[in-house]
Amino acid sequence: MKKIATGNKAVAEAVKQVRPDVIAAYPITPQTEIVEQIAEFVSGGELKSRYIPVESEHSAMAACIGASITGARTFTATSSHGLLYMHEMTNWAAGARLPVVMANVNRSLGPGWNIWAEHTDALQERDTGWLQVYVSTVQEAYDATLMAFRIAEHNDVLLPVMINLDGFLLSHIMQPLDTIDPGDFIPPMSLPHAIDTKNPAGYGGLTGPDQQFRVRWDIERSMRDAVKVIEKTQEEFAKRFGRKYGFTEDYLCGDAEVIIVAMGTLGKEAEVAVDMLRQEGVKAGSMRLRWLRPFPKLNLKGKQVVVIDRDYSFGRGGILATEITAQTKEQVASIIAGIGGQEVTYEDIADFVRHRCMGTEFWFGVDKYV
Amino acid sequence: MRIRSPPLQELDTIAEIPKEEYVLKCTSACAGCSDSLALRYVLKAAGPDTVLVVPACCTSVIQGIWPNTAFNVPVYNIAFGAAAACASGMSNAFRAAGKKTNVIVYAGDGGTLDIGIQAMSGAFERGTDFLYICYDNEAYGNTGMQRSGATPLGARTTTTPAGKTDAKKDIDAIIAAHDPPYQATAAAAYPQDLFKKVQKALTFRGPTFIHVLAPCPPGWRYSTEKTVEMGKLAVKSGMWVLYEREYGRLTIGAQSKAAMKKPIPLEDYLAPQGRFKGIDAKTVDIIKQRIARNLARLAAEEAAP
Amino acid sequence: MFEIRIHSRGGQGGVTAARLLALAAIYDGKYATAAPFYGAERRGAPIVSFVRIDDKPIRIYSQIRKPDMVVVLDASVMDVVDVLQGLKAGGKVFVNSQQKKTFSGYVSSNVDLTGIALKENLVVSGSPILNTPVIGALAKMGIVSVESAKKAIREMFTDERNVKAAEAAFREMSA
Repeated sequence: MKKIATGNKAVAEAVKQVRPDVIAAYPITPQTEIVEQIAEFVSGGELKSRYIPVESEHSAMAACIGASITGARTFTATSSHGLLYMHEMTNWAAGARLPVVMANVNRSLGPGWNIWAEHTDALQERDTGWLQVYVSTVQEAYDATLMAFRIAEHNDVLLPVMINLDGFLLSHIMQPLDTIDPGDFIPPMSLPHAIDTKNPAGYGGLTGPDQQFRVRWDIERSMRDAVKVIEKTQEEFAKRFGRKYGFTEDYLCGDAEVIIVAMGTLGKEAEVAVDMLRQEGVKAGSMRLRWLRPFPKLNLKGKQVVVIDRDYSFGRGGILATEITAQTKEQVASIIAGIGGQEVTYEDIADFVRHRCMGTEFWFGVDKYV
Repeated sequence: MRIRSPPLQELDTIAEIPKEEYVLKCTSACAGCSDSLALRYVLKAAGPDTVLVVPACCTSVIQGIWPNTAFNVPVYNIAFGAAAACASGMSNAFRAAGKKTNVIVYAGDGGTLDIGIQAMSGAFERGTDFLYICYDNEAYGNTGMQRSGATPLGARTTTTPAGKTDAKKDIDAIIAAHDPPYQATAAAAYPQDLFKKVQKALTFRGPTFIHVLAPCPPGWRYSTEKTVEMGKLAVKSGMWVLYEREYGRLTIGAQSKAAMKKPIPLEDYLAPQGRFKGIDAKTVDIIKQRIARNLARLAAEEAAP
Repeated sequence: MFEIRIHSRGGQGGVTAARLLALAAIYDGKYATAAPFYGAERRGAPIVSFVRIDDKPIRIYSQIRKPDMVVVLDASVMDVVDVLQGLKAGGKVFVNSQQKKTFSGYVSSNVDLTGIALKENLVVSGSPILNTPVIGALAKMGIVSVESAKKAIREMFTDERNVKAAEAAFREMSA
């Protein structure tokens, strides 16, 4: 069905169709609309989930964990400080192999209080064992939320999935949305280690130095197996519903000499910059990274790479740039732009390419082009 | 608004304690541990259709080392501050699936009075259908006795080497402020009483709370064989009061009633414990005054129409 | 691509106007996005929202710097904000006002949306509703079709007075 929705509403619509058994969430700007919409669905009887209005994000994730281990399908949503506050429990959810699905509306971190888009919140969760996908349109937010449940609950994965959407830029923009009936695309959840009082077991007790590495390796193994599950899920989604998604969204990369790599809405707007650059005779392309974990093999051979990070790791650099330089020997120009919602236009992005200084870092708004 | 439902069954007689064991003979508990003693009766009362939610505490240790477990019910271990929130998700999921499985948080005093209090308050406020049991050994026991909010005035711990200068936090009053349908105190030294209270708590829908005194030989520094005696001395001296509060109505237990009439000297309780060694007379006096005030307050509440 | 910047004050419905306009454009078979520029949510503070309409999917998320059209829902905003900033030469300016406003080098128009809202008794918490009548005025200017404008209003509001107000604005539109 064709309609118009914000990114937040699109996530809530997808959740309604997947019908989690338990939803526990705490409001935070700019995610609040997701929680409000879900609460409205539940109170209106459109969604038959148990909705737990918890007193904190730490408890939101703990409640999802407690519900999930019984075999229940669970969902939560958060942003920024909420995500940081649940950090202990995000680790727990992944470690306990629970397919919790969470939408994170990317927002900067305080101080100062800044409610606008930045990816540093989710990137601080990079090493927790969560799968992470970054979306760029309202439709993609919806589609990725649907697929997240199937991927997380797949028994070759059994890891939580985080859907990331840019605060305000995507969470609050109105765009066309085509909703679908997922039908049996998302099979019923079947958790192999669900609590069974007839077959009692201990979960997460003392684990010694002779065992812990095995448990952690198992997470890594599933993270690797997740690559195939993601591919298959996206393939089947395309076959059934006609919308194609990959680990990256590549735009005119084939013959490109320089490729812009970015995530979220910046990655989409980069396509407009590519069009401008092509008109100027610059063979540019755009590779929007969708899945950060598991991190895909990027085909950047022989290209100059301009990475735009809406995030930063102090003392090291742009996090995405760091990930990419670890994978490829190609020359990388690292751009730090869009921090705390800093306005970045397609013209700015084209400038990043025009003035690219390979092997260096450029803070937009701070550094000057040479 | 909370809908108050009557207990599903009245327990007018003391049920025979079942022979089934859910705490098996292979725990890694210290000798004389009253956490495991209490848990044995808790699980006998709750029966097999029960899940324990356990935050970091002695019980995380005594269940054994993965992949083994000494408990014959499912145990879900969760982070220190998250037990009540985890249980609230679990309870909701069970109820959504039409299951009546008991969800019991079994947490120490640190995980209840300190780091877990926010999650617990939230779960009680939301009317979560679960039983929260705080077994109280009055310090962080499994990490070697550091002070907690439950450590009594004057007690030495590794972080209060000169004796604690602050009084014990009144968690029962905090719970009472949430107006749960049922709350009680108990002691590992009175297993029949504990058994009965757990059975009763599980007949209510909504959040219920039992605060169990759990003396700890290495932590309190008394000899292991005195664990039961220590709990009894706590009750007889009035330092620990056994009661139930059902829909706000307080009933003080017979053992504590007797202690109120004719208490043993507080010194009889303090002297055998190394943690109170060297406590000054002034501090003992303050503790006595606090006990008297607490007993008077409870007596007045029970007597009120 | 046709880019519109809407100026209003917090609580006047500028964000909803942008959403209605985008929805109407989608009903016209076009692609559209509506994006508010959010700050802290304060009533009465000057705010802007953006609408983009195109024949192709829209890939731009940054703010509109060179609009084709500026819509001013509250003329008093013009005292504190340069509403013409970046407006393309020959671009359109619409102001909610009884008086005709002319801006040299631009195509100016105006309708008394406040008067229409008051006449239709479209008042919420003491404030006249401007977001539905403005869609009528914009339909007259050919930004969206009348049919789609009404359909969008009916999709987002159940009160038929909103459609009436849009129709009144359509009739009163000077241009």
